[in-house]
Amino acid sequence: MPLLSYLIIIPLLGLLCSLAMPEKVGAKFFRAILLLSSATTLVLSIGLYANWFPMCDCKIENGYSWVENYQWFNIEVPGFGSFSAHYLLGVDGISKAMVLLSGIVLFLSSLASLTITKQVKLYSNLFLLLSSAVFGSFLALDLLLFYVFFEFMLLPMFFLIGIFGGARKEYASLKFFIYTLVGSLLILVPILMSSFQSIDPIATGEKLSPKEVFISTKIQNARTALSLNTLKPEQTVHTFTLWHLSNTENLAPDSLLHPLMKAEYLGISIRGWMFLLFFIGFAIKIPIVPLHTWLPDAHVEAPAAISAILAGILLKIGGYGIIRFAIGIFPDQAIEWAKLIGTLGAISIVYGGLVALAQTNIKKMVAFSSVSHMGFVLLGIASINVEGLSGAVYQMFSHGIISALLFLLVGILYQRTHNYEIDGTKGLLKSMPAFSGLVIVAFFASLGLPLFSGFIAELLVLLGSFKAIATLSVVFPIAAIVGIILSSAYLLWTFQRMFFGTPWLTGGKVGADAQLPDLTLLEWSYTLPLALATIAYGLFPDWLLSVLAPAISPILRTLNP
Amino acid sequence: MDNNISLALLIPLLPLLGFVINGIGFGKLPKALAGTIGTLTVFGSFLITLVLFGGVVAGGETISSVKAYDWITITDTLNITFEYRIDSLSIIMMLLVTGVGTLIHLYSFGYMSHDKGMGKFFAFLNLFIFSMLILVMGSDYVTMFIGWEGVGLCSFLLIGFWNQNRAYNAAAQKAFVMNRIGDLGFLAAIFLMYNAFGTSSISEISEQLGTNFKSGDPQIFWITLCLFIGAMGKSAQVPLYTWLPDAMAGPTPVSALIHAATMVTAGIYMVVRSNVLFSLAPDTLHIIAWVGCITAVLGASIGLFQNDIKKVLAYSTVSQLGFMFMALGVAAYSTGMFHVLTHAFFKALLFLGAGSVIHAMSDEQDIRKMGGLWKKLPITFWTFLIGTIAISGIPPFAGFFSKDEILANLYTHDKTIWILAMVASFMTSFYMFRLLFLTFFGSFRGTEEQKHHLHESPLTMTLPLMLLAVLSMVGGFMGLPAVFSEHHMLADFLGKAAGVVHGEHLDHNTEFMLMGISVAIAVVGLIIAFVRYGGGKNVPVSDEQMTNPITKVVYNKYYVDELYNLIIVKPLHILGDISMLVIEYLVIDLVVNGIALTSRVVGLGLRKSQTGSIGFYMYAMVIGIILFLAYFTMASNLSL
Repeated sequence: MPLLSYLIIIPLLGLLCSLAMPEKVGAKFFRAILLLSSATTLVLSIGLYANWFPMCDCKIENGYSWVENYQWFNIEVPGFGSFSAHYLLGVDGISKAMVLLSGIVLFLSSLASLTITKQVKLYSNLFLLLSSAVFGSFLALDLLLFYVFFEFMLLPMFFLIGIFGGARKEYASLKFFIYTLVGSLLILVPILMSSFQSIDPIATGEKLSPKEVFISTKIQNARTALSLNTLKPEQTVHTFTLWHLSNTENLAPDSLLHPLMKAEYLGISIRGWMFLLFFIGFAIKIPIVPLHTWLPDAHVEAPAAISAILAGILLKIGGYGIIRFAIGIFPDQAIEWAKLIGTLGAISIVYGGLVALAQTNIKKMVAFSSVSHMGFVLLGIASINVEGLSGAVYQMFSHGIISALLFLLVGILYQRTHNYEIDGTKGLLKSMPAFSGLVIVAFFASLGLPLFSGFIAELLVLLGSFKAIATLSVVFPIAAIVGIILSSAYLLWTFQRMFFGTPWLTGGKVGADAQLPDLTLLEWSYTLPLALATIAYGLFPDWLLSVLAPAISPILRTLNP
Repeated sequence: MDNNISLALLIPLLPLLGFVINGIGFGKLPKALAGTIGTLTVFGSFLITLVLFGGVVAGGETISSVKAYDWITITDTLNITFEYRIDSLSIIMMLLVTGVGTLIHLYSFGYMSHDKGMGKFFAFLNLFIFSMLILVMGSDYVTMFIGWEGVGLCSFLLIGFWNQNRAYNAAAQKAFVMNRIGDLGFLAAIFLMYNAFGTSSISEISEQLGTNFKSGDPQIFWITLCLFIGAMGKSAQVPLYTWLPDAMAGPTPVSALIHAATMVTAGIYMVVRSNVLFSLAPDTLHIIAWVGCITAVLGASIGLFQNDIKKVLAYSTVSQLGFMFMALGVAAYSTGMFHVLTHAFFKALLFLGAGSVIHAMSDEQDIRKMGGLWKKLPITFWTFLIGTIAISGIPPFAGFFSKDEILANLYTHDKTIWILAMVASFMTSFYMFRLLFLTFFGSFRGTEEQKHHLHESPLTMTLPLMLLAVLSMVGGFMGLPAVFSEHHMLADFLGKAAGVVHGEHLDHNTEFMLMGISVAIAVVGLIIAFVRYGGGKNVPVSDEQMTNPITKVVYNKYYVDELYNLIIVKPLHILGDISMLVIEYLVIDLVVNGIALTSRVVGLGLRKSQTGSIGFYMYAMVIGIILFLAYFTMASNLSL
């Protein structure tokens, strides 16, 4: 069963259906398609995570399960060999977690999108395209395929912000577009470089050897030829497959990327440069300070559901890319640059927290809190131990849930007040009690209270970074602790200003006049599951940790050979 | 121990159930039902605790643990289980939390009966009992930390319960953030424990301590210091004490339960729980003794001139917590726990009594507007009197025994601290009797309307008062001094299973002398208060008329809040604003705009093919990357 392909294809099918229908069939139709598609992918992503599907259908290769591998294209470049790209999908624990997160956030955001009334067809088409690209990005194990999905997320997001956004939508969407585009251009360089330098040992071996020999012999032949420098260009097959690129045996001994090669530029090895390009490219997406300024603008202008997807899923692709590709291909460089990664993480945590404290706009406050919380992901990665890495992935998952909840809640408030100013609304505890209850859950989850998922993540990251003080520095965990204190300061200060006191609205409505309608059934339906999820993953972290463990230990083996 | 031990799992679950029912049913359940559910669940936990208590008494040395489930597991590296530890120390605290908790739930039935949010109130109270039980029952520091932060959350919710008053709004946030600073000390201690022992389980750590660590080990010093920072936040010690008086913004039962009897003593409990660690860190103990001493004197001195009935009690709590820490600082752990218990009885009593007064006075808290209440509120008066005698350290009420034991221990260890503690003790007696005289004696100074409304509280409120009064009278007998009895019941009980070290014994003459001095000092405090305020005379002047500069400084709490605002809160906000305005907007935007401008001047041709904005951000990216490259080259030699 091509389970993973279903995740990518179902939204595309939905897209085809809705393209085929004229606008005049009505908004209901397009909404139904969107909901149907996202509900189906949600079920599939839960099933994938919880192993509902018979394992006999599942192909396991190199530690990834549900592998689907087809030749995509093969181009002969005279004098250089051939380039072969694959439609290669597969999952390990990390991608399962990210797919589950995407399934949840996309489905709930599609529910939240029911309030969109203008250009519903366009909106749902863009949403579907985005969904497909999101799943593709988390499933692709061929770097070129990944790159295509990665780029494809950009376009629908650009239009979703640019068309359905707020007052400064053009500005925000363009800023988002440029930043992300540059990020993806940066990661294209190491992708191409790795491919140029490595061979596909199986395909190359097949050209070198008689048909009847074992595959291991073929691989052996290819690698021997490579190391003896006897490989002719017409026999060489270059690849984009992750597990071939990450194996240094597939590099020629005189390759610029060979770990023993002393090739340097500006004092940094070529492998170092490639790692850094990957890292910066993905770091823009996370985002890290000082490459984060696209984020607050994009968030403020984007509609609530799109903000939820942006914070809940798209930022995670940055962290995912670093772990999967940057570390996957250049593990030695991750150790080399751990201190830099940790420093940027610590700066993001503290700086994001400080700027969040200064915000007067609640959506910006949440956006900067994202910058701060995503810093934990980098700090966890920099620790290079099992606690840190597990914590980093846990934080991506947990922050995905919590930030989506926060943005959806802010959206609910905005629909009533049309005001993002923190000082523009008071006394919400009294005027919207149920809404306030959910905000309390979201805020305390966000500031890392125990028994919420954020606590598990921050605990693990801090344990990891405390364990790594010998290689990093005690400054890093201390910065993280300062960040946690800041988070309680900015969140509770906001809470105090908006929720305490007598109800009051901008424009001078006071008391009973400032009464706002509380949560509708629809609003409950897309916020409550997230609130419950953050509690569930705080109470039973094993649900996620046991899935992550088999994926994290091989990464650690490459990091500590 | 017997098979009943698995019942322990139910103890925190019952209040949690109460929280869930009252939380979901808020607005739908009738108020009386919500109150009944809230009270009965806690009472149920109390009964189960009693059953287990019997087991612990019978079982002697054994420490039983009940595992709920594996909480955080990473193979071979980390295994944090959700496990309860039942031994003499935790069972005593569990009795206290559920016992006093039940009384205060009952009291709230009457106190909150007019409040629309009664169901919500009971839900939060139940959540608090749940968190507090997790705190005392947790067998692992991380599990304990769940409760530790959980009580902070409940404290936040309950302080902010009446959030309509603008002056009170900041109190909840202040309490939580200040607690959080301490909490993160606790958290840091957990990480240091992992580095030192590879575990955070209380029993595993004490096993390792015996063999691998010597007294004065720097690792142990840092661990205990960080733990103590946690205790300072939760138990309102200098410098993290200013949140507690503000926390009085919450309803009075909350002040009694959370901010007097249970939550604020969590710090003491935690230190006693970790006594094996602390005993190996003499430097930390020394710091604890002095912090406790400063807090006791400072708190008591501020209490001297306060005119808000709850504020007096709040500063008194700060000061009494300081007494407990002084005891811990001289390694008299069981003595500290003794004072935790007696203090819980009389301070809960005093707060509930104050609540009864406030209730009768139609929410008036200023003692300058009270007076002569003893006739109208007889039960409240008599029980309040018992509480006052108990806290002042006049025998044979509870406070005398525990405070005397602390003072005796201080005397043997550090005479300077002992003298300062005597000063604090004197002030305690003075401000408490001042409060009593101004509130209950003389003539009524309130409005006619208040006078008309004056009434004794209903039985749901007076019953807890009477029960707590009995406990405040006889509670001291669980720890008779050596001159009267060979057996110190509490110390023996704790010493057996919890590994608590009891303080040294003095010879009988010294002990009698010390007792004599401390009683004399308390009585002198009483007499001075009587001479000055007896019969309700010398009512303090209103705030504006205050002329004596020293009184004014003390009355304004030494302006510590203003100082913190000036040196911490303001600078933090300024730093935030600077980050946003200068770095975010000025530096980044200025660089970006500058380049955009250059591009406009230089790149005329380019401009036709691009909108200004694209060029603008392209350049922003380029600058970002150049900064990065510069950073990398430096970072390769960077060492932090």
